[in-house]
Amino acid sequence: MTTTTATDDLSVEQAVERESVSSSAHKALTSPWASLAAILIAILWTIPTFGLLVTSFRPEGDITSSGWWTIFTNPSFTLDNYDEVLNGDTALATYFVNSIVITIPSVLIPVSIATMAAYAFAWMRFPGRDFLFVAVFALQIVPIQVTMIPLLTLYVDRGLAGAEAPGGGFYTIWLSHSIFALPLAIYLLHNFMRQIPGELIESARVDGAGHVQIFSRIMLPLMTPAIAAFGIFQFLWVWNDLLVALVFGGGSPDVSPLTARLAELSGTRGQDWFLLSAGAFVSLVVPLIVFLSLQRYFVRGLLAGSVKG
Amino acid sequence: MSTGEKFTQMLIAIALFFGVVAAILLLTQRLRSRRGELVQSAAFVLPAVLLIGVGLLYPAIETIRQSFQNAAGNESVGFENYKTIFTDSNQIRVLLNTAAWVIVVPIASTAIGLVYAVLVDRAKFEKFAKALIFLPMAISLVGASIIWKFVYDYRETDANQIGVANEVLKVLGFDTYRFLFNEPWNTVFLIVIMIWVQAGFAMTLLSASIKAIPDDIVEAARLDGVGGFKMFRFITVPSIRPSLIVVLTTISITTLKAFDIVRTTTGGNFDTSVLAYEFYVQSFRSFDQGLGAALAVLIFVLVMPIVIYNVRQMRKLEAR
Repeated sequence: MTTTTATDDLSVEQAVERESVSSSAHKALTSPWASLAAILIAILWTIPTFGLLVTSFRPEGDITSSGWWTIFTNPSFTLDNYDEVLNGDTALATYFVNSIVITIPSVLIPVSIATMAAYAFAWMRFPGRDFLFVAVFALQIVPIQVTMIPLLTLYVDRGLAGAEAPGGGFYTIWLSHSIFALPLAIYLLHNFMRQIPGELIESARVDGAGHVQIFSRIMLPLMTPAIAAFGIFQFLWVWNDLLVALVFGGGSPDVSPLTARLAELSGTRGQDWFLLSAGAFVSLVVPLIVFLSLQRYFVRGLLAGSVKG
Repeated sequence: MSTGEKFTQMLIAIALFFGVVAAILLLTQRLRSRRGELVQSAAFVLPAVLLIGVGLLYPAIETIRQSFQNAAGNESVGFENYKTIFTDSNQIRVLLNTAAWVIVVPIASTAIGLVYAVLVDRAKFEKFAKALIFLPMAISLVGASIIWKFVYDYRETDANQIGVANEVLKVLGFDTYRFLFNEPWNTVFLIVIMIWVQAGFAMTLLSASIKAIPDDIVEAARLDGVGGFKMFRFITVPSIRPSLIVVLTTISITTLKAFDIVRTTTGGNFDTSVLAYEFYVQSFRSFDQGLGAALAVLIFVLVMPIVIYNVRQMRKLEAR
């Protein structure tokens, strides 16, 4: 993994920077235009979000009568939109809870199952191991759309769907997210596990440790960064997902997450920007915090190939 | 259900899950014989294999079967559903839109991501500059759609504008424009949203591989008098070719499967529907199970070669 070490190793980067002083003369020629282009892209990428963020703090009347850019000459701010959107008719507070209740098990369960399976595929011997691993790997190509109708039928037949079902219908969403995460999770974690030297496991075996001890005492601590990287990805997928939530949540306010509610508001109250702007930021704040505080792991996971369609 | 009940249900589910896992680990821990090892392996692997078998493999086969059946799923109709996809005028529109998305989004996001990665490489505020472009990756496509719907908001030309895009048009002296209504360009403006989201991904991956280009190659080229655009064209791009391919293919897969933007902005109206959205509509709105299944299978068939190519490139990258 040459790419990973290159970004992670800051000291190397700095050393390289010092060495390439010879290039600075050349850089000085091109850099004003380069900087300008970079700044232009950065502005284009930031303005849409910034505009909506500003809007979410403006009074309802102002939003519809003037553009958000007028706040620079005529500032007036309020928190009313957030109060309305969380506690008013839109009841985003309820959906916020749903998002949390959906996300936590949908991250913990697949990551645990995948870590165990990845360990078995990497370090245990059993008949059919290679065939099974290739099969799991190959199933990554199945788009989730292909599985949805039969899976929904299966849930309904087994009595897992609907408000009367155990867990109030959450099990269908938890299970679906877990299933859809597994092939990629197993594949990635397996790749990481194979990088751990075999002698380590062999010597532990010689010392009388069983697989369970090796797994929990040696593998889990060593694998923590990889597990964290995948966990963050899974967290963002689940929190930001709309399709699974719509299909298996069925639009019920009991189990639907923020994304489903926002998408609905965008359709039914498409011009109520005081609701939509504040609502959007209620749904954005959690992934943004996770992302900004754990960016290191996020980038590492991305470079290892954690991208799911 | 009240908030408390929901959290209780969640804790029950988590406790149940970890209870079972702990029990499996404890029970199989003591087994040392040859047969015991087999039981242990099964305990580690079977939960995942069963879930994948029941939740992915079986439904996929079932969907393929359903794609040859009628709307209610009780009568075989042969290739009728597929014929509809390729002959019905609405469906052809969907296919053309999808083609536009899958061609434009990967190329544009990769180009912007690459240029930006080169521009900010080793710049003073590199980390901050990257985070700005990267941020849209963390938010949902629904959130991104709302952000952009506001950018595109339409008012009469002489009214006060609240959408930035139309304000810019007005300041430049043009009439305001209905970005999301006027076909065929509305599809382009939806595509812009996806580019906005995906450019950060391209930038991150390409930036990492640009930094991995060996310094002696760059130095040697520089001594030969190569610089500026030529350096970019003849040194940077060829050196990161494998990463470029991975980025392009990954973004096309993501784009092919995404339906959130179309659903949130236009609801598939005004000729903006794409394959993934049409699947959702036919399966869960019009309840035409057969056609829905056929659309899903078509996504599958289109995605398959790209994924296989993508994985092969990725393995090549890892092997280096």
